[in-house]
Amino acid sequence: MKDFISQRAREIPPSGIRKFFDLALTMEEVISLGVGEPDFPTPWNLCEASIYSIEQGGTSYTSNRGLQSLREALSRYLHEHYHLSYDPDGEMIITTGVSEGLDIAIRAIVDPGDEVLVAEPCYVSYPPCVTLAGGIPVPVQCVEKDHFCLNPDRLMEKISGKSKALIINFPNNPTGAVMRSEDLKAMADIVCDHDLILISDEVYAELTYEGRHVASATVGDLAERTITLNGFSKAYAMTGWRIGYLCAPKDICDAALKIHQYVMLCAPVMGQVAALEGIRRGEEEKDRMIREYHVRRNLFVESLNRIGLPCHLPEGAFYAFPSVEKSGLTDYEFAERLLKEEHVAAVPGSVFGSGGEGHLRCAYAVSRKDLNEAVMRMEQFISRLS
Amino acid sequence: MDEKDLLLLQLLEENSRLTIRDMAVMAEVSPEETQARIAAMEAAGVIRSYSAVIDWERAGNGEVSAIIELKVNPERDYGYDRIAERIARFRQVRSLRLITGTYDLQITVTGKNMQEVARFVSEYIAPMDRIRETATHIIMKIYKENGRTFCEKEGTERIPYSL
Repeated sequence: MKDFISQRAREIPPSGIRKFFDLALTMEEVISLGVGEPDFPTPWNLCEASIYSIEQGGTSYTSNRGLQSLREALSRYLHEHYHLSYDPDGEMIITTGVSEGLDIAIRAIVDPGDEVLVAEPCYVSYPPCVTLAGGIPVPVQCVEKDHFCLNPDRLMEKISGKSKALIINFPNNPTGAVMRSEDLKAMADIVCDHDLILISDEVYAELTYEGRHVASATVGDLAERTITLNGFSKAYAMTGWRIGYLCAPKDICDAALKIHQYVMLCAPVMGQVAALEGIRRGEEEKDRMIREYHVRRNLFVESLNRIGLPCHLPEGAFYAFPSVEKSGLTDYEFAERLLKEEHVAAVPGSVFGSGGEGHLRCAYAVSRKDLNEAVMRMEQFISRLS
Repeated sequence: MDEKDLLLLQLLEENSRLTIRDMAVMAEVSPEETQARIAAMEAAGVIRSYSAVIDWERAGNGEVSAIIELKVNPERDYGYDRIAERIARFRQVRSLRLITGTYDLQITVTGKNMQEVARFVSEYIAPMDRIRETATHIIMKIYKENGRTFCEKEGTERIPYSL
């Protein structure tokens, strides 16, 4: 029989943590710092709104763009919170999570052979999505010295005549890094000068602990060349509902909409209804969860530094990204032994691309009790190493 | 009261056994300042006391609780205050509130068994001069108390890794 697998599918690497995943499932009493999702259930009023809507027969397709009411509410929300101006009728699509938003954004702008700069370490789907669209992912490494922010010089080095776009994600998964206004300004100048499109995944925007999140599209002249991706998964603890959104200038949005209508048709209506309730009446619950992440961050990062895992202060998201270099182990070895010996699951930084090596991604989206227990086990582990 | 005070209150309300050190780290202030802020809020009566939320049914001591609503004739110059203070002195009265609606006061009473609760109401509360009417509701089961749910629910399975 012929080998039917496409070249592109072949090119995509398998998940870097499959082995860990399978191992963890065989173990008892694992504390997992490996999960990139909130540990809170979706606030109940959001669930109620969705349940009620189902009871009323709300189970059909929505417009391709998503519910009009949700887009209008979102447009106002983005304006009030982030000074973003997007027309709900022409510049916004409700997507099936940010994952879909990312995919259609890339496919809307990338031609075969185009290079797409990707600020790394980053969420694992960026490079493969570029590859699947026929593009060539070009990593731009963000380093600890720069607090894992995008360094303009490093960006310049990677730009070529084939560069088409830049993908960034701040607050960042896995580092928790946040780009301040001045950092964004330097990047904006380069992006504009080289006529690039910016794809800015801002799904952790609400989880910003020092000051307020600055939306990329509000910086310099970026609005006309930025695709803003965001969603409800993290801030509203709605991962399983799969609701995200893509905002972009009309021509890009129209192109993305064509792809969206063929591959997805629309985002699940139940999730859209819950998201609308979140926008309308979810602020308090959202803020309560953010407050909890904030205090956990303080507690956890202080503990990591205390037990000898140096960790910069992550200003956003819910990840700490300590260095494990002092242990003499690679991040993979460290993560594997920590799991086997102490039953603590964390993700080796290398999984997230260049700049991640020598680090561990630890999600503090777990209860404080479990965080404390995890720290104790990690301390035991480290003391055995030395 | 500022934001840090509010944060400390929220942390303490959720778990009053947190150490000063941990609270200090969480609130991003020094342990000394944390201690001082808490002491000041205790002194001001903002923090009334520290206690545990106990599921007595599970503890198996067989206690019975009831919510008793009271219609009260208010007193000239004092309103409900003096009668409320009298009722509050009974050890059996666990909570006491002035409420709107058909009844005026609502109390929670605990006793060893139903007879004891009934006797307490009929012998001590109902006969008070200003009490016009009582309605006793025995608590059959507690689902949630002080913001904590008592019913065990099956958690959905969380995967160990997601990127």
